[in-house]
Amino acid sequence: MNEPVDVLIIGAGASGAAVAWSLAETRMRIVCLEQGDWPKSNDFPSTGTDWEARALEDYAISPNRRALEADYPVNDDDSPIKIANYNGVGGGTVFYAAHFPRLHPSDFRVKSLDGVAEDWPLDYGTLEPFYALNDRMMGVSGLAGDPAYPQKEAVMPPIAMGRTGEVLGTAMNRLGWHWWPSDAAIATEEYEGRAPCINLGQCGSGCAQGAKASTDVTYWPEAIRSRIEVRTKCRVSRIETNDADMATGVHYFDADGKEVFQPAEIVIMACNGIGTPRILLNSASSRFPDGLANSSGLVGKNLMLHPYAQIRGHFDERLDGYRGPPICVWSMEFYETDPARDFLRGYSYQFSRGIGPARTAINGFADGMVPWGEGHHAAFRRLFERSAGMVSVCEDLPEETNRVTLDPDLKDGNGIPAPRITYRLSDNTRKMLEHSVARGVEILQAAGAHDITTKAPVPYAGWHLLGTARMGRDPERSVVNEWGRSHDVKNLFIVDGSVFVTSGGVNPTSTIQAVALYVADQIKSRIYELFD
Amino acid sequence: MTTMSDKQPPAPLTDIERVTLLCVAGHMIPASVEYGVPGADDLRIFADITRSIDRDREALGKALQVVNDLSDGMILALSRAEQAKRLAEFRTRHADLAGVIESVVARCYYRDDRVMASIGMEARPAFPKGYKVEQGDLSLLDPVRARGRIYRDAG
Ligand SMILES: Cc1cc2nc3c(=O)[nH]c(=O)nc-3n(C[C@H](O)[C@H](O)[C@H](O)COP(=O)(O)OP(=O)(O)OC[C@H]3O[C@@H](n4cnc5c(N)ncnc54)[C@H](O)[C@@H]3O)c2cc1C
Ligand code: SF4
Repeated sequence: MNEPVDVLIIGAGASGAAVAWSLAETRMRIVCLEQGDWPKSNDFPSTGTDWEARALEDYAISPNRRALEADYPVNDDDSPIKIANYNGVGGGTVFYAAHFPRLHPSDFRVKSLDGVAEDWPLDYGTLEPFYALNDRMMGVSGLAGDPAYPQKEAVMPPIAMGRTGEVLGTAMNRLGWHWWPSDAAIATEEYEGRAPCINLGQCGSGCAQGAKASTDVTYWPEAIRSRIEVRTKCRVSRIETNDADMATGVHYFDADGKEVFQPAEIVIMACNGIGTPRILLNSASSRFPDGLANSSGLVGKNLMLHPYAQIRGHFDERLDGYRGPPICVWSMEFYETDPARDFLRGYSYQFSRGIGPARTAINGFADGMVPWGEGHHAAFRRLFERSAGMVSVCEDLPEETNRVTLDPDLKDGNGIPAPRITYRLSDNTRKMLEHSVARGVEILQAAGAHDITTKAPVPYAGWHLLGTARMGRDPERSVVNEWGRSHDVKNLFIVDGSVFVTSGGVNPTSTIQAVALYVADQIKSRIYELFD
Repeated sequence: MTTMSDKQPPAPLTDIERVTLLCVAGHMIPASVEYGVPGADDLRIFADITRSIDRDREALGKALQVVNDLSDGMILALSRAEQAKRLAEFRTRHADLAGVIESVVARCYYRDDRVMASIGMEARPAFPKGYKVEQGDLSLLDPVRARGRIYRDAG
C-alpha cells in the first residue's frame, strides 16, 4: 500500500490538469494517476515528411486502431459514430483541434427555454469567471466583439483567417449569415514560455511547436512546480469504499502491471465521458451493486457525442491548403432554437482549411473525384490545395438509451473490462444534420466551390464524450451535485465531460475546464464542510 | 476489433501479395511524362510502401486476395487491359478494401521527394520551419458587427 494522499485525481487530461492546478494552492498532498505517458513532441508526426502516414498509425485518433499500451479498447460496434481519444498526459487536448468556443447562455437553460432535456444547475454567469481564467491559463486567441456571445476578452490576437477565411467569410456576408474568427487554444504570440503557432497544420496529431494549448504544456508544468505529482503509466481499475460509503482510495496497475492500492481522502475523477463511467461501473461492490455513485441508475447513460456533418468543396484558386491550423472561422447562425425549423436546438459550423496530399488523394479516390490510371495526376491537381469547407457540430440531446456499459468479454491489457458503446442518432439529430448539410452546400456554392461532397454523420468523429455522470440538484436525476460531488459518495468528485447535462452545439473543452475550475473553487471554499 | 494483446508486428508480404500490390499500385498511380512523376510502382516508392503497411497488414492481405480472386486467381497473368477491367470491378464491388490499398499506396507516394516537388511542396517536414498563412482581412466582419447581437437571453 502506498502512503495516503489528500487528493487523488484520476486522469491527466483537460479537466484533470485544471482541477490539479487550481487545488495546488491548498498545499494538500495531491497525486494524479494517468494511464498513459508524457507525450514526446520530438516524435510528433509534423517532425517528418511521413506525417500523414503516422497520423494513421501511432498517432491515429481511434484507440482501437492505435492499440498502444496506454490505450484501452472501446467496443463501438453498436454506434454509427466511433470513439476518438488520446490516453496520456494532456488527454484529448494532445490531439484536439483547439477550437475553443464556450457554451452560450441559453445552453444552460434548455428545459426552461425550449422544453427539452434538463436545465443545468449552473448558468453562464456563474461559469464566466472560470471561462476567463481558463482562457488565460490555456492561452486563447480570438477577436473580441463576437455578436454571438456576451462580451469576452481576447487573450491573444486571432489565428490567421487566411484566404480560406476570406473566401468563406465573403460567402457568409453574401448570405447575410453570422461568422467570426474562431476562438482557438493556440498561442499566436509568445505566451508564458510557449512559442507562437507557425502554421504546421497538424494540430490533430500533436503540436511539435508547443503553440497549441494541450494541458501537458499549460496547466501541468505549473501544477508540477507547485509540487503536484503526476504518476504516469498507472491505470486505475476500481475505487474502494468503506462502511460509511466514503471512498478510501483506488486500486491501480502500475507500469510493471503490479496492482497497487493508493489511499486518499478525496478522489476526483477526470477520465472523460467514457473512462469515468467505465471505472464507476467497474467499482461495483456489495455496498454499490450497480456501480459506484449510481443510485440514480444514470452512470453511463445519456452519452452525447455531438454528431458531425462534413461539407467540403473545391475552388479554382489556391487556398491555404495544408498550412495553418485546420480550424479557421466559425458560424453561430443556426445555433439557437428557431420554431420555424423541424428540429429543436441547433448547431455551430467550424470552417476548415485544406488537407495534405495523401489525404487529398485518399478522399478523392473515395469520393470518386480522383480516378485510378491516366487521369489521376490531373484530377489530383484540380483538388490539391484548393479545398475548404466546414463541419457542423450538432447538439446531441441526452437519451438514456445512448450509453456506456461494461463489455462482458473485451478487456484492456490489465484485464479491466472495456467500455461498450450503444448509441443511436435521434430524429431530431438527423433533421439537424440534414439542415446543416443543406445550408453548408449553400455556403460553398455562394463561395464559388465546385465538386462539393457531404458526409453525415461523420463516422470517425466521436471525440466529444459527454453526459454519462451528469450534474444536478436531484439525486434521482443526476450523479453529482451542482458542484461536482457525488450524491452517494461524499468524498468523490467528477470534473470531466461526464458531468454535462446537455451538450450544446459547440466543442466542449473550454466548458469542461471551466467546470473543473469551478468545482475546484467549490472544494476550496467548502473545505471545512466538504463532506456534510 | 483489435485489442492490445492481439497486436503483433505485421507479417511481411508474401511473394504473391508483393507482386499483386505492385501491379495494383502501377494501375492506381501510373508514371507520367507530362507531370514528370514516377508511378507508385517506382522501386523506391514501392519499397517505402511495403515497409509502411503497419496496421493495415491484415486488411491489405484480404484486399489483395480479393483482387486475385476477381482475376481468375492471379492478376499478373492477365493482359494490362484486362487487369484494368478487373480492378475497376474490384473498386466498384469492394470499395472498402480498395480504400485500404489506396491509403497504403497514397500515403507513401505523396511523400516522395520527386512527387512533392511536382505538386509544389518543399521536400521537408513541416516542423521546425513551419509555413506562412496570411492573416486575412478583418474588415470583412463589418456586416456581421453591423447586424448586432444574435444570442438569446437565458433569463
Ligand atoms: C481528434 C480530436 C479532436 C478534438 N478537437 C476538439 C476541439 O477542437 N475542441 C474541443 O473543445 N475539443 C476537442 N476535442 C475533445 C477534447 O479533447 C476533449 O473534450 C477533452 O480532452 C476532454 O477532457 P476530459 O478531461 O473530459 O478528458 P480527457 O482529456 O480525455 O482526459 C482523460 C484522461 O484520463 C485518462 N484515463 C482514463 N481512464 C483512466 C484510468 N482508468 N486510469 C488512469 N487514467 C485514465 C486518459 O488516459 C486521459 O489522459 C477533440 C478530441 C479529439 C480526440
Ligand atoms: S498549426 Fe500551429 S498550433 Fe497547429 S500544430 Fe501547427 S504550430 Fe501547432
